[in-house]
Amino acid sequence: MLRLDSVSRHFGDQHVLDGISLTVPDGQLLSVVGPSGCGKSTLLRSVAGLLPGEEGTITLDGAPVTGVPEHLAVVFQEYGRSLLPWLTVRDNVALPLRRQGLGRAARRAEAEAILERVGLHGVARRRPRELSGGMQQRVAIARALVCRPSLMLMDEPFGSLDAGTREDLEDLLLEVHRADGTTIVFVTHDIDESVYVGDRVVVLSPGPGSRVVRDLRVDLPGERDQIGTRSLPDFVALRTEVGRAVRGGG
Amino acid sequence: MTRRQDFLLGVLGAAAAFGACEAVSRAGIVRRAYLPPASEVLARAARLAGDRAFLDGIGVTLRAWALGLGLACAIAVPLGLLLGAVPVVEAAVRALIEFLRPLPSVALIPLVSLLLGSGTRTEVTLIAYASLWPVLFNTVYGLAETDPLAKDTLRAFGFGRVAVLLRVELPATAPFIAAGVRISASVALILAVATEILSGFGQGLGIFIAEAQTEPDGTRDVLAGVVWAGVLGLVINGVLVGAERRLFAWAREPGPAQRKPARSRA
Repeated sequence: MLRLDSVSRHFGDQHVLDGISLTVPDGQLLSVVGPSGCGKSTLLRSVAGLLPGEEGTITLDGAPVTGVPEHLAVVFQEYGRSLLPWLTVRDNVALPLRRQGLGRAARRAEAEAILERVGLHGVARRRPRELSGGMQQRVAIARALVCRPSLMLMDEPFGSLDAGTREDLEDLLLEVHRADGTTIVFVTHDIDESVYVGDRVVVLSPGPGSRVVRDLRVDLPGERDQIGTRSLPDFVALRTEVGRAVRGGG
Repeated sequence: MTRRQDFLLGVLGAAAAFGACEAVSRAGIVRRAYLPPASEVLARAARLAGDRAFLDGIGVTLRAWALGLGLACAIAVPLGLLLGAVPVVEAAVRALIEFLRPLPSVALIPLVSLLLGSGTRTEVTLIAYASLWPVLFNTVYGLAETDPLAKDTLRAFGFGRVAVLLRVELPATAPFIAAGVRISASVALILAVATEILSGFGQGLGIFIAEAQTEPDGTRDVLAGVVWAGVLGLVINGVLVGAERRLFAWAREPGPAQRKPARSRA
């Protein structure tokens, strides 16, 4: 269980987060949505232990997060900067396994298996920059999954992809989440996307000093599909509500 | 401009320079003893390729060059990593470095000769000193240019400071280091030949040039030696550029697949 208790963050004299409190039960896929510049990424980096701060506490399974927690995985929007261009796709994916003391052959076998799982075939020996954006983000997702994380943090992971690729990856994420039951915090500025992938949507107010303005359960069927789910009345009602909250209508 | 045109223009430029030197000398505008015709210089340089003693000298010069450059890299890369990774150290030695860097290395030749004698040790020391700087500064600069997101990614996967340095920062900096080594390779060659000329002992390309100076009609030999120095520089640079292209193909600009405009449906 991930717990945030009155977490605030400042950069210099700029107030970014103002007393965020949240509890994320194990296995939940939480969407965090809010306008650009509202501190969503700051929130994510704080949870990842990359931005230490004094105000408020973050605990993971009861232990305070002071550094980077174990069994954590991240996926950033900028796959091109986050993947290492000098390593092959396979070695990028296998990289987190180095910390587990696995031999090279075992690491590569794991990496290849996970690449198949995210729908990438025959690209193990290519380099990330030879692939399309959507494929690169699949590589980044494979890298996040390879060490079977208990918590996965995703910072607008599909924000720079075209619409079709994005839908494919949203479905891949749902599939992975259903199969593994990983706790996922999914940051996005896309209202439809937040509802479509989330079990729950938290809306942050615009900065400076973002706070939680809305916390909604998404009661949609677990099996979702891009056309059917998006046309359900419940979906439309939720997206309207989230949209109003994002635009400050409360 | 196509590569072919580029190449042809290069050939044309070289031919024009050659023709000008040849003409100036043959027309008697400059005395032959001062500037022999370019064809004679080139012919002499070509004949030197069959001269055992001369080739041994080239070997001695190249050995000092390689030792000095290797020593410089062995010092500059770890030092650069230290300076780039630990700001406190960088702040502490910044003034010292800014004082040492602009000193012309050639001016240190007498001092170092006095301390270390006029053998290989002096030559290697001076080469190492002069070629330290480009590698050092490129290492520090490359480290500063490393993408913070790549570092954050590895940190988030639980890698510690040293692991991030070795797995992200060092490989990301490698193309910068290689460019520094290429610049240093030329500097090292200059220092190798200059040290030999000024200390004037033993064997080497610089010694050949220095000894030719003292002979009557030695200008041709001096110039032939200079041609060899130029060719060595050209070959070394070519080899290093080729190696960089092969090793760091990944560092070139990403393809069009990389950037797609962000689309928002919000």
